[in-house]
Amino acid sequence: MHTPDTLRYARSHEWVSAPEDGIVTVGISDFAQDQLGDVVFVELPDVGRKVAAGDALAVVESVKTASDIYAPLAGEVVEVNASLEEAPEAINEAPYEGGWLFKLRVDDTAAWDELLDATAYEAVAETD
Amino acid sequence: MPYVPHSDDDVRRALEAIGVDSLEALFADLPEALRDPPIELPEALDEVALLGRVRALAARDQTSGPDFLGGGMRRHFIPTVTPHLAFQSEFVTAYTPYQPEVSQGVLQATFEYQSMMCELTGLPASNASMYDGASSVAEAALLAVRQTRRERVLVSRGVHPETIEVLQTYLWPLGIELETIELERLTTPVPEVGGDVACLIVQTPSFVGTLEPMAALTEAAHAAGALMVATVDPLSLAVLASPGEYGADIAVGDGQTIGNPVAFGGPSFGFMVVSEPLLRQLPGRLVGQTTDVDGRRAFVLTLQAREQHIRRSKAKSNICSNHQLTALMATINLAALGPEGLREMAEGSVRRAHQLADALRAAGGEVLHAERFFNEFVLRLEREPHTLRRQLSERGVRAGVSVPDAFGLGHAVVLSATELTSDADIEALLVALRELGVLEGESQPEVYS
Amino acid sequence: MSAATPAPRGVDAADSFRDDSFPLIFERSSPGRRAARPPLVPGASMAALLGDEHLRSEAPRLPEVAELDLVRHYTTLAHRQFSIDGNVYPLGSCTMKYNPKLHEAVAGYFQDVHPYQDEASAQGVLTVLAELQQDLATITGMDAVSLQPAAGAHGELAGILMIRAYHEARGEGEQRRVVICPDGAHGTNPATASMAGYDVVEVPTGPDGEVDLAAFEEALNPQVAAVMLTNPNTLGIFETRILAISEAAHAVGAQLYYDGANLNAIVGLARPGDMGFDVVHLNLHKTFTTPHGGGGPGTGPVGVKAHLAPYLPTPLLVQREDGSVGIEGPRPTAIGRLRSFYGNVGNLVRAWAYIRTLGLEGLRRVAMMAVLNANYLRVRMREAGYTIAFDRVNMHEFVAQPPEGIRTLDLAKMLLDYGVHPMTVYFPLVVREAMMVEPTETESLETLDAYAAVLGQVLRDAQADPEAARAAPHSTPVRRLDETGAARRPVLRYQPPSG
Repeated sequence: MHTPDTLRYARSHEWVSAPEDGIVTVGISDFAQDQLGDVVFVELPDVGRKVAAGDALAVVESVKTASDIYAPLAGEVVEVNASLEEAPEAINEAPYEGGWLFKLRVDDTAAWDELLDATAYEAVAETD
Repeated sequence: MPYVPHSDDDVRRALEAIGVDSLEALFADLPEALRDPPIELPEALDEVALLGRVRALAARDQTSGPDFLGGGMRRHFIPTVTPHLAFQSEFVTAYTPYQPEVSQGVLQATFEYQSMMCELTGLPASNASMYDGASSVAEAALLAVRQTRRERVLVSRGVHPETIEVLQTYLWPLGIELETIELERLTTPVPEVGGDVACLIVQTPSFVGTLEPMAALTEAAHAAGALMVATVDPLSLAVLASPGEYGADIAVGDGQTIGNPVAFGGPSFGFMVVSEPLLRQLPGRLVGQTTDVDGRRAFVLTLQAREQHIRRSKAKSNICSNHQLTALMATINLAALGPEGLREMAEGSVRRAHQLADALRAAGGEVLHAERFFNEFVLRLEREPHTLRRQLSERGVRAGVSVPDAFGLGHAVVLSATELTSDADIEALLVALRELGVLEGESQPEVYS
Repeated sequence: MSAATPAPRGVDAADSFRDDSFPLIFERSSPGRRAARPPLVPGASMAALLGDEHLRSEAPRLPEVAELDLVRHYTTLAHRQFSIDGNVYPLGSCTMKYNPKLHEAVAGYFQDVHPYQDEASAQGVLTVLAELQQDLATITGMDAVSLQPAAGAHGELAGILMIRAYHEARGEGEQRRVVICPDGAHGTNPATASMAGYDVVEVPTGPDGEVDLAAFEEALNPQVAAVMLTNPNTLGIFETRILAISEAAHAVGAQLYYDGANLNAIVGLARPGDMGFDVVHLNLHKTFTTPHGGGGPGTGPVGVKAHLAPYLPTPLLVQREDGSVGIEGPRPTAIGRLRSFYGNVGNLVRAWAYIRTLGLEGLRRVAMMAVLNANYLRVRMREAGYTIAFDRVNMHEFVAQPPEGIRTLDLAKMLLDYGVHPMTVYFPLVVREAMMVEPTETESLETLDAYAAVLGQVLRDAQADPEAARAAPHSTPVRRLDETGAARRPVLRYQPPSG
């Protein structure tokens, strides 16, 4: 599994980029996309939605499963990756780049540091 | 025992292989208190005795003679070839097509069904069918609530009264408000649609036969950001403007009229066809086209992640099955009739209904209908509708679906005619109504316009 | 579709319908052709009668085919369809038993009765329905039955709504917010609870394959409205602690719901009513052998104990003073109506014919032979190299697993090349690579021996050549499909070539 160490991770398999101007990008990990199989559809949140950490706000569907995506941090949705509507396969092909899901303006940037780092996440994923 | 192949030797051989000494041992997990329950059933009948009993019972059902019953189901022409083909044992005894490589028969037929329903309704995405018209309307309301995240539903009084009852059943547990729009001159007035309304539901032709002003109603719904749900008789779409043409978002209804017998109310099937943006919100099964590894066109159940077996408590609906076999009847029937045959049926039904209305009016009957009606209309009475229906039945005529009090029409029945109605049938009804004194009233005929 | 051994592609007798471009009915269409002619009714134009503004601008593009084209199309399509009448079809939890032809004849007698005709003129069909209602009540041990629901899931909705209405009538509607389902439950159970406005709590399966009683009791509290159970459960195991479960649920005021999907195991031998269930739904297309029809129509009557009878969906069948059967409409306590008219009557009369043909002894024999067959096949499957999840005497079905490294999906597809149908795969979710097998009572031991032999063969083949396994099936009308492509860019209807 590919787990970039510049990112932080949630136990529910989302990755989170380092805050820039209070904004983070969120996607699902390479491990998660591999477990799901071919992604066929993504249900994205409305821009402007305010979420608490742990709120389900998106759904990633493969042919035979559907997984909720949870907000790894509290904040407000400021942008979603609309290109996934036409090309959901980006999540499989480039989970950390073209396959990102949404951007959050986080309430507390310090909370990012408390998420799992790459090593800790890999340990979680291996026992999952 | 019928249908069970095991001989005593078979049972012994199986028990030995399993390693238990009796059939009882296989049921050792059942607590003692549960065993040998007092079940009381009649003695078993052999085939001859059963069919004898069935014939005796069926003789108590009136199934021939002049028939003017409508109200959601009507007896229409079904060519012999339709049930012959639909009831081939491969179609009858197959399960849901979960193994597509050996289920192309059901899957392709369903794809054809979806395509035909899209053609009739003028909308691009049909599911593989549902239980019936009424529950499909309820599912359409739930879809609109999901899509708009609003919690109020407007429904026209002209929607079949049983459908409104079903809407109430489906909406109350979710706390969704249902408001009825009363008719004016048998027609749905264009209502005020508030910003909290998820959808407007209108049936055309309505329960009382009216061709509703669907374009204006759709415009009012859309202006408020609500969805327009058109509940329609698919047979009528051979001639009437399609929901797609007037901009409805969801077309729903019951498919009985295009290829299934009335069967005392079921099974027929419900259909739901939606606009492109609502595709992912569709409840129920869907069949899609794809290719196999050799590049051949093939069909498969698709977008299953919406459904209960995957999404469980987050599914779009709890619906699991569709009404495949009855939908197949309609598919084959539509292919047998083609656009011309379907149009002839619809037109025949309209002409006979207008002939009947004219004849009743000429004979002094109090006929009520809006300016434009399809193949059903209202006859007002002095007596209780159920009484009239019984009296007609005793004279060999089946007619007289009650109009509920909520319509404010007093004692009234819906009458219907189809392409199967004959001049003699109409005459028989007139004779019976004259005998019963229904056509002697002094009141003037009335047409709303 | 019933070839006993796989034939190499290209020489199978079925090759004529294995055309690479098997057409759609639309593609057989030619303008001006048609198969059926309704009686012609000449008269005024539609524009005159209905008004131009109500008419459609162009005719629907339905197929135009001659009758023989129609017959050949749907006959060859039928040949591209696996069925019970073709070969063994042991889907777990689906009860794919033989559908007697006699029932089709019986149903034909009642298809022209209109739902709105005077009840005195429909006493034949009403008598059948009233008798069936009574039969189902005594078979399940319930006090009252409604035949209205159109399918099992529809029956579930009726049942949970009745439970909700009951709690509301007792002033506990606000308090009771939760429905408990085992993690092995059918997906419809949690989906139904959501539709009825409830939150779902799942309880785990214990090491013996039964509901984990400790975890269950921990989940119980006065917020629980209902507990939904299948017994035997989806692992084919009878919940031996059912009486304790029932007592514990009732002690906190919860109602116990019986999903009747697996009644075939115990029909005539034990009753959900005696186990303490307050509501049951039955799947007449399973236990009572109304045809599955390629996906429906099903039929899902509900039965209740007396305390829930006021909430049954309406209309209800009633016995009139003169001995006739009547229909009565809405009443204030009821949950209301779930569909139009009275139910899937065409199926109800088939189920009635089945019960009349079998009688109580016949029904008990059904359960015994269904359980005998399932245990026999379990043993044969173990001998063929499969692992049995929770290997103990099972009821009407069991769950097996392939050895480590072999995929259930591949084995299922390999079975198709032998002309038999796979079991239910990847359900229940609590067993890895699950193969859920329910042979039913109507299969002979010889058929089960042959099925087990094929299961052994495909396992050996898959172990010998995993790559080949992934390429199966070879001899079916089409081979493995691109399901991902179908879902990513859905094509859901035929559109005529433009121009």
